[in-house]
Amino acid sequence: MTEPAITEDRIAAHGLKPDEYARILEIIGRAPSFTELGIFSAMWNEHCSYKSSKKWLRTLPTTGPQVICGPGENAGVVDIGDGQAVVFKMESHNHPSYIEPYQGAATGVGGILRDVFTMGARPVAAMNALSFGVPAHPKTRQLVSGVVAGVGGYGNCFGVPVVGGEVRFHRSYNGNCLVNAFAAGLADADSIFYSAASGVGMPVVYLGAKTGRDGVGGATMASAEFDETIEEKRPTVQVGDPFTEKRLMEACLELMATGAVISIQDMGAAGLTCSAVEMGDKGGLGVRLDLDRVPVRETGMTAYEMMLSESQERMLMVLRPEKEAEAKAVFDKWDLDFAVVGETIAEDRFVIVHGGEVKADLPLKALSGTAPEYDRPWVETPAPAPFHETLEIDPMEGLRALITSPNYAAKQWVYEQYDTQVMADTVRVPGLGAGVIRVHGTDKMLAFTSDVTPRYVKADPVEGGKQAVAEAYRNLVAVGATPLAATDNLNFGNPEKPEIMGQFVGAIKGIGAACEALGMPIVSGNVSLYNETDGTGILPTPTIGAVGLIASPEELIAGQPQENDYALLIGAPGSHLGQSALLAEAFGREEGSAPPVDLAAERAHGDFILANRHLLNAATDLADGGLALAAFEMAEAHGIGLVLDDTDIARLFGEDQARYLVACSFDAAEALMQAAAAAGVPVSTVGRFGGDAVSIGGTSYPMATLSGLYRTGFAAALAAGLVA
Amino acid sequence: MKAAVIVFPGSNCDRDMAVAFRAAGAEVSMVWHKDTGLPEGTDIVGIPGGFSFGDYLRCGAIAARSPICRAVVEHAGRGGYVLGVCNGFQVLTETGILPGALMRNRGLTYICRTVGLKVATTDSAFTSGYAPGQELRIPIAHHDGNYTADDALVARLRDADRVAFTYADNPNGSAGDIAGVLSENRRVLGMMPHPERAADPALGGTDGRALFDALAGVMAAA
Repeated sequence: MTEPAITEDRIAAHGLKPDEYARILEIIGRAPSFTELGIFSAMWNEHCSYKSSKKWLRTLPTTGPQVICGPGENAGVVDIGDGQAVVFKMESHNHPSYIEPYQGAATGVGGILRDVFTMGARPVAAMNALSFGVPAHPKTRQLVSGVVAGVGGYGNCFGVPVVGGEVRFHRSYNGNCLVNAFAAGLADADSIFYSAASGVGMPVVYLGAKTGRDGVGGATMASAEFDETIEEKRPTVQVGDPFTEKRLMEACLELMATGAVISIQDMGAAGLTCSAVEMGDKGGLGVRLDLDRVPVRETGMTAYEMMLSESQERMLMVLRPEKEAEAKAVFDKWDLDFAVVGETIAEDRFVIVHGGEVKADLPLKALSGTAPEYDRPWVETPAPAPFHETLEIDPMEGLRALITSPNYAAKQWVYEQYDTQVMADTVRVPGLGAGVIRVHGTDKMLAFTSDVTPRYVKADPVEGGKQAVAEAYRNLVAVGATPLAATDNLNFGNPEKPEIMGQFVGAIKGIGAACEALGMPIVSGNVSLYNETDGTGILPTPTIGAVGLIASPEELIAGQPQENDYALLIGAPGSHLGQSALLAEAFGREEGSAPPVDLAAERAHGDFILANRHLLNAATDLADGGLALAAFEMAEAHGIGLVLDDTDIARLFGEDQARYLVACSFDAAEALMQAAAAAGVPVSTVGRFGGDAVSIGGTSYPMATLSGLYRTGFAAALAAGLVA
Repeated sequence: MKAAVIVFPGSNCDRDMAVAFRAAGAEVSMVWHKDTGLPEGTDIVGIPGGFSFGDYLRCGAIAARSPICRAVVEHAGRGGYVLGVCNGFQVLTETGILPGALMRNRGLTYICRTVGLKVATTDSAFTSGYAPGQELRIPIAHHDGNYTADDALVARLRDADRVAFTYADNPNGSAGDIAGVLSENRRVLGMMPHPERAADPALGGTDGRALFDALAGVMAAA
């Protein structure tokens, strides 16, 4: 079949800039075929090549004694002792989810799970960080329902518990929601699988679902801004089949145990192209593929379509030829399609044969190794005017404004649609602070959290970047976990705009500094740029997913304030109302500077909590909404009342960093005060737990009333949005 | 007690169920859906939760036609014990071992929540460890747990004391608030809630444990 001619329009439609096309001509010394153009476009788009972000990503701390494998593979690998490792990553599926929320979110979950089990790890925990437009926006309700159902539909069937995540609403996401999916798995530290092929003439094996036309050009779509033609892009969204993914995982793990697997790479963005090039590139080998052998579910597919298809639940492997019979038995057991579709070759070539014709013959190294890399111009984000006003509001009204906002109301509406307990190892379900699972068959536990405060990042990318890491660190510490490492999912607008690039650069600087100071290296991650609609960018949203280790049950802070427990604040009294949740939710103003992050204080206060955890009945970090919201949430979760002594708005709602609220008995409080004095950590008594009312200063409300508002606030806000 | 836990390709609570059986002292074998027979001496078959065949067609419909299910039907026919949880309950109704059907939840969404569950009868090997009317806290996690039966069937089940558990606050629209049903000979139990998720103090609840312990007691006495 004759391929379409290469025209300027076709080049532009593939997202390739004229200088990038000139580079292709230079590399191959001739005009590319249509299939080759597709391959270059897939490898060189922002989504696969990180061409705008690479320069800055290199500056992040990625190593540490606990790190077995940092960024560059399918997921990061971190030692958790006893010969075991946790394997994790977070990845966005923003654009597909906006176009087709159910399938977009579902395949986002599928993709991240595949990244984890490709490394030889069984997924054991998932989180989802979701950002939507305001409830009153006509698309929001449909997106929330579709995304949440899609996340649940895929993860519940696959069988991995959701243990955490975030859900936020802001007008900047009206035209561009964010779906950031995190997954973590467990593996033996000495049985991690990588993508580098080795050995010449080794069979390249295709395993999993058949290839269809879904998702052709998906990665290129994900690297473009949105405009009114978005509905036309629907066919580029893939369709997920979690049942096949579950079988694929079981088959892969069984196959790995037989010793048959030399290297393995899942087919995600840009499918067969990306996975084959990755395996060859990392192994210093060429790859030859015969597309006539690829299992297909549609007839008449071209080489171009097969190479760019993003059909889900597919895996590419290089197998030991002598283990073929064993491999076949595993695939047959799980009723999965498989086929030998090619072989590794010694020359640096990527040869695609289809219908007896060579459809592409490219230098393989050049496809990934020479992908363009940009040092995009950027400008520093100007510092906003500090916010010094006194906010006139009754403290109880302030609290009500927060707990009835969909941003801070209880998220049961979301979490109840996810299976949070499958695998029967969930110790702390999502909803409040970090989620915790037990490492199956041991006493150890792992804690998971995902955090970012986009308002802060917008006001001050550096401090906002630091804060995202610091909040994740505090959430881990608050359940008694020792923070291990983190993954970053960096969602920004168009990097070709210097001010957006400035947000990106600033956030990376902040994240890097905080990861360094808090001993949480970045071991994996994902960048999603061009999150803009009609030229308006989202709030910069660098989501941090973090993992901590709880070595024994005694280390877990179980999180239950008792009747008459003292409420103690670890850290300085609140003062910073700029960019606060109270200012945004009660006054509709996003003004002022982001709260500064003192990394030394973060570390010292975190160490203090961990060293004194035996004194604490419960602990939580202070973030959005400050002391008042944290204290309310802690009391509400355990159906107990609360008295806060202060009435000062800044001390109640200020969002100063490096702070925790803890609950302890009278005796323990005394011991904690002494320990704090010795360690030079500020601590103060701020109230008491107990009774059945929430009292701030003199005002009092029944906890049952506030709890009702808090627990129905999310659904009510969405319903109100529907009417508005 | 010799327990056989059936594993379909999309089962995902098979390990959880095996752990709960073992904690009650059972010797557990995992049995693949393509097998045609149960291990020699199987006392009880466990059909676990999950999405046996992706819940395609109808939940449990394809599983009910798998080779191992023929053996399970025979086992039940011989008076053998069977416990089906969640997807396992759906499989049992699809095989016809238990009456009724599990339809989409009334609210149309998946629900994962710990619910109040009333023990409706203590007259079975599964429920003899509970007090009559005892209220348990057991997690549910399903999209299709709406037990559907006509009034006559609900009346028949009640008259024969075959309703094992009812929901304290019906989460899914189930007829007669029914959460679990016994077979005529009281040796097959299908239930939507997950007792195996409430059998370990480290996970926050142990109300499901008495079900497995009671089974072990009955088997030991047999």
